Amino acid sequence: MASTTSKRKIAGGSFLIEETNPREVFTPEDFTEEHLQIAKTAEEFYVNEILPNADKIEQKDFSVTRGLLKKLAELGLTSVDVPEQYGGTDMDKVTSSIIAENISRSGSFSVSFGAHVGIGTLPIVWFGTEEQKQKYLTKIASGEWISAYALSESSSGSDALNCRAKAVLSPDGKHYILNGEKMWITNAGFADVFIVFAKVDGEKFSAFIVERNSPGFAVGAEEHKLGIRGSSTAPLILNDCKVPVENLLGDIGKGHIIAFNILNVGRFKLGAACIGGAHESLKHSIQWAKDRKAFGKTIADFGLIREKIAQMAVGIYAGESLVYRTVGMMDAALSEIDKSAPDATREIRKAIEEYAVECSIIKVWASEMLDGIVDETVQIYGSYGYVEEYPAERAYRDSRINRIFEGTNEINRLIITGWLMKRAMSGQLALLPAIKRLMDEVMSGPSMPEEDDRPLAAERAIVASARKLSLLIAGAASQKYMQALVDKQEVMGAIADMVIETYAMDTCVARAERLLAAKGEAGASLAVAMTRAYLSGSMAIVERMAKKVMADVAEGDMLRTQMSILRRLTKYEPINVIAAQEQIAAKVLEQGKYIL
Amino acid sequence: MLRPNGPVARCWVKILVCMKQVPQKDAPLKLNEGGTWIREDVSYEVNEPDAYALEEALRQKEKHGGEVVVITAGPARAQQVLREALAKGADRAIHLEDDRFVGLDAFNVARAFAAAIKEDAFDLIFTGLQSDDYGYAQTGVLLAELMGWPHATIIMQIEKKDSGIRVKRELEAGFFQFVEMPLPAVLTIQSGINKLRYATLIGIKQAKNKPMRKVSWDDVSGAVGENLQKVEKLYVPQKTKKTEYLEGSPAEVAKKLVDKLRNEVRVL
Ligand SMILES: Cc1cc2nc3c(=O)[nH]c(=O)nc-3n(C[C@H](O)[C@H](O)[C@H](O)COP(=O)(O)OP(=O)(O)OC[C@H]3O[C@@H](n4cnc5c(N)ncnc54)[C@H](O)[C@@H]3O)c2cc1C
Repeated sequence: MASTTSKRKIAGGSFLIEETNPREVFTPEDFTEEHLQIAKTAEEFYVNEILPNADKIEQKDFSVTRGLLKKLAELGLTSVDVPEQYGGTDMDKVTSSIIAENISRSGSFSVSFGAHVGIGTLPIVWFGTEEQKQKYLTKIASGEWISAYALSESSSGSDALNCRAKAVLSPDGKHYILNGEKMWITNAGFADVFIVFAKVDGEKFSAFIVERNSPGFAVGAEEHKLGIRGSSTAPLILNDCKVPVENLLGDIGKGHIIAFNILNVGRFKLGAACIGGAHESLKHSIQWAKDRKAFGKTIADFGLIREKIAQMAVGIYAGESLVYRTVGMMDAALSEIDKSAPDATREIRKAIEEYAVECSIIKVWASEMLDGIVDETVQIYGSYGYVEEYPAERAYRDSRINRIFEGTNEINRLIITGWLMKRAMSGQLALLPAIKRLMDEVMSGPSMPEEDDRPLAAERAIVASARKLSLLIAGAASQKYMQALVDKQEVMGAIADMVIETYAMDTCVARAERLLAAKGEAGASLAVAMTRAYLSGSMAIVERMAKKVMADVAEGDMLRTQMSILRRLTKYEPINVIAAQEQIAAKVLEQGKYIL
Repeated sequence: MLRPNGPVARCWVKILVCMKQVPQKDAPLKLNEGGTWIREDVSYEVNEPDAYALEEALRQKEKHGGEVVVITAGPARAQQVLREALAKGADRAIHLEDDRFVGLDAFNVARAFAAAIKEDAFDLIFTGLQSDDYGYAQTGVLLAELMGWPHATIIMQIEKKDSGIRVKRELEAGFFQFVEMPLPAVLTIQSGINKLRYATLIGIKQAKNKPMRKVSWDDVSGAVGENLQKVEKLYVPQKTKKTEYLEGSPAEVAKKLVDKLRNEVRVL
């Protein structure tokens, strides 16, 4: 078949400097039969087990949450990231994301699940000693023990490395004595084992495995939250808390490596979970729109409602394309690693870290996409969206947290631009040559575009322009601010937005191209419409951000030159987004849910 | 094979479960161009009663040992139901793979099954009570006849006896019937008699390596006759609205209304 993916190891961030070969882009259409079956098991579990218990979960009946986590563990769904020798099912990151997406359709349980299987488990998988793995992973994989991750404190969240919790070796050298507090800890109310970060001797940032029944360990009162009320969030109080020395995780002073590595995984899984939430909201919106009558019609007949439904579907399309493209790249890189080699876990971490920028993009993009969807779901429900009896209200509250944890979206935007700049400076990513090539190209004046009458040629051209604009602006901004760019956050943020949109558009187009190759025009028509609808809004963001930065970094002739380049790069026939959305809405409403 | 927990040397249950792939319950159906069946581009799933039949077979196997084999007749896509069954614990699968099995009458499907399992010696054959698409409830009964075996339908419960099995059948109006019957036998299983299991990740991983025997149309065509069933026309019922004013004195109107409710609408 012409459209199978090929598994070349792709460098992180390369979408920004080279044209994408769609055949190298993993898409949901590449799921194996096994993947689909796992998706089905997870979805059935959500529908039959989680959904009927949603109210009990919301009442903070943690025994229900624990029971469900145990059942999930028995099915093998909580341990895909755990090696087989510790009772895990050890599967690829695509599987891991598929499970996150399908289990995480309602906020509260999704967060408990995510903290346990992700940030609570992975530190031990990646940094644990053999003894730690034997002791803890087996229990975590079987669901006997629930885990949690304690990094934040009341006075340090984003700035987590600046924590106050302190660890001092006991005089007999057998224990670390931990003092301090941790705040906002998911699963704290019922977890059995915690990954706790503290500074050895108040200086060396390090991680520890702390059991709930350790002397001097206490969990404070539950927070009263805006959303995800059925999840547990509470502080930890460490009062001369005795932790055996063998529970030091990783090396002293290297806690930041643990913290940052874990967050990469947390971020793409959060993205997958947001897709799950989006499916649920869209389903509710469709149902309501079809049932609710006004002016002698159902509201699903109204263009402004149909437009919202179409945009939600486009959000899911772009979101799942982003998540699975990224984890597909990870799996391709991971498949080259010999898992029995002594340094295997380090190689695995490195392979994932390679895609740090994509993980941050997913985190920001998907959390904002879901927030948009739950907001419009409330709108479609009208007054019924504003009361607790209907699902829109809870989803609206539940979604909000995604922009705050796993690194706030501000922090992640800074990471995106900062990471790219760093890679460019170190020469790991050929960003500077790409910028130079581009400058040469634009300075040589307008050229006749090459004839391209293949399908999606116009869309590919838009992506190419977005890529060029991002490079142009990144180049102009770094030239102006040099090292001080990191302090010019508004510019960093605008560049991040351009990068995010470029990756998203590029991914949508690549998937549509794959579908066209595999299924022909009729089979790909919905994907093409969604791609076009996405591009239309996305390119507008790129343009806006480009102008915003240009106006800041240039003036006079320089600004006029840059503006003329921008105009050249943004000269494309406007996409008929209304027609595209009408087509999408008709299909989605007919199906009653998002199916591609 | 030895039974894990019993004195009887021969494991008595070697069960065949007949499973069908049908359009998903909530899938929006569209008629095909000829108006003779639905269009193929819908989502499919396991016929619900068949899922219960499989679950029952797996439970019997867990209790008494033995083997569970699943069989389906349908195009390539139908293999999915077999994979799912293997992931849930079935030991092997038989796929009669051909587009011509779509829309084939129950008698010929039963003949094809009988031909395909000639070499196997099953003790029990389970089918779902009926399929969610055509809903004929015939395949199991016809298969029993072809095999020369006894059968019982609408089974709620199965219990092993020395002489064979004792089954509970669901009758009308809340009545049940208990039947003792010898083996081998065919049972058609009612939905909801047990709690379906999920396919575990390990099960899904292992399913790949379980045997799946393909049977072609040619392999069984000698046993299959001309399709005895033809759907002439399939259509979506026309919804019509008719408003009728009942006239006369209140007493007359009331009388007419009662008459209509009783004899036309038949709700009284
Ligand atoms: C429900 C819930 C569950 C949580 N679960 C966990 C958990 O399980 N484990 C855990 O360790 N933590 C957890 N957290 C904590 C969470 O990760 C932090 O709250 C988050 O990282 C933000 O930190 P902060 O609250 O201290 O905000 P701050 O860091 O004070 O940020 C406040 C605002 O300033 C912005 N800001 C901060 N620094 C910068 C900067 N350098 N440049 C620009 N803007 C900046 C932020 O983006 C934000 O908008 C949880 C929080 C909640 C609410």
